[in-house]
Amino acid sequence: MKYVMLIYQGSALERQAALPEEEQKQVYADYQGINQTEGVTPGLPMGLAENATTVQVQGGKTMTTDGPFVGMKEAVGGWFILEADDLDAAIEVAARVPAARYGGAVEIRPSEVYW
Amino acid sequence: MVGTLEQVFREEWGRVLATLIGFLGDFDLAEEAAQEAFAMAADRWQRDGVPSNPRAWLMTTARNRATDRIRRDRALATKFGLLVASNSAEVPMKTTTFPDERLELIFTCCHPALAIEAQVALTLRTLGGLSTDEIARAFLVPERTMAQRLVRAKRKIKAAGIPFRVPPRHLLGERLDAVLAVVYLIFNEGYGGRDELAAEAIWLGRALAELLPDEPEVHGLLAMMLLHDSRREARFSDGELVLLGDQDRSRWNRELIAAGRAELDRALALRGCGPYVLQAAVASLHADVPCDWGEIAALYGELSRLTGSPVVELNRAIAIAESEGPEAGLRIVDHLGLDDFRYLHSTRAELLRRLGRTSEARDAYRRARQLTDDGAERRFLERRLTELAHSTDLG
Repeated sequence: MKYVMLIYQGSALERQAALPEEEQKQVYADYQGINQTEGVTPGLPMGLAENATTVQVQGGKTMTTDGPFVGMKEAVGGWFILEADDLDAAIEVAARVPAARYGGAVEIRPSEVYW
Repeated sequence: MVGTLEQVFREEWGRVLATLIGFLGDFDLAEEAAQEAFAMAADRWQRDGVPSNPRAWLMTTARNRATDRIRRDRALATKFGLLVASNSAEVPMKTTTFPDERLELIFTCCHPALAIEAQVALTLRTLGGLSTDEIARAFLVPERTMAQRLVRAKRKIKAAGIPFRVPPRHLLGERLDAVLAVVYLIFNEGYGGRDELAAEAIWLGRALAELLPDEPEVHGLLAMMLLHDSRREARFSDGELVLLGDQDRSRWNRELIAAGRAELDRALALRGCGPYVLQAAVASLHADVPCDWGEIAALYGELSRLTGSPVVELNRAIAIAESEGPEAGLRIVDHLGLDDFRYLHSTRAELLRRLGRTSEARDAYRRARQLTDDGAERRFLERRLTELAHSTDLG
């Protein structure tokens, strides 16, 4: 199965910034570890949600607004692709993502072919 | 004859369906095939008698229906030039022995990636063999809603890749907790008077105890359900709720008490000391005359440490009130919070009543009544309020 793994930071970035240096290093090491996990294709690192631009087309007119489509706290913070046997295997990888334990979350979305 | 048929169906449905799902890897296809096979059996066995091995008959027939169906779909697909991926149904299934895959099935149905309502519905549908309509009626939702819930759950199992298997060791503990929680929830739904659900939960509990004979909590849960169920007849008199202390003990079901205690012994022999085992031990003590409230309070104390649940503390307070007096019980109750929990107020009311603090008791009964929808429980509170209207405050 192929899964798209979406990382939400929630309050994780603030909480991680307040950690002692050793633990911060561990966070980086854990992300590194995820990227090197078998079956993982890392996504491009995402910049901050506050630098996002949201585009909508209404009545043929392109409208742009500052910021993410959803609220700043709800914005996607990162993503990667995971090839895994089943949902349980994907849950185990998701649980290793630091954001998940510092007040953020990981959403597992099965990839589907529609055409 | 009809009785036997129903019994065979009841016993075999979950088992046949589980094996088919394991074999076909598809809930819908398996369910359709099983349904067809059971319908054919209902027709044929009525006429020709039940075959010597009903399970093998059902399994073989269902498998053949499914294979036919796959072939038909494939022929159709080929006709339209569509590409068809190879299917697991190509692998021949042994006809002599059929693996029992009910455990795989229940762990799949109770996977935490499914909403709890969906877990309950799927478990009742697949393992319990209840129809969508029956489940809908038991949970007081429209049949359409229940049908959608089941369709969505089955679709998610497939799309999200929820595995059909018994979880590996490191996951087994938490996943088993989820399964037991589903069975317990079904039982609790039935405790309010919908007997068929309680019976269903016990039936599932028995199946689990047979499939996981070495798990103490499985026996603990079954013991607890049997012991509670033994008092079913006595809990109501002419449709009115009767509290444990006032129950007619001759209406307790001795056989169920014995069966419950046997399960409890089994759990204890396996060194069980989890929440279900503790609750079963309490239920077993409740069946003693006179019952040892000090021991019950101690067990609730243990359970409270284990779960940190204020509801357990409330139960401990009731036991303390019995063993040490209402004042000691009330001291615990008044520290619990739980302001929206109707049993907190009905317990407070009862303790205040015993202490002769009538007007406070009345207020507490009124608050409990405000929070209670259930007919029999409401009427019970009304009766207490009427009684109190005639007594004077001594507090």
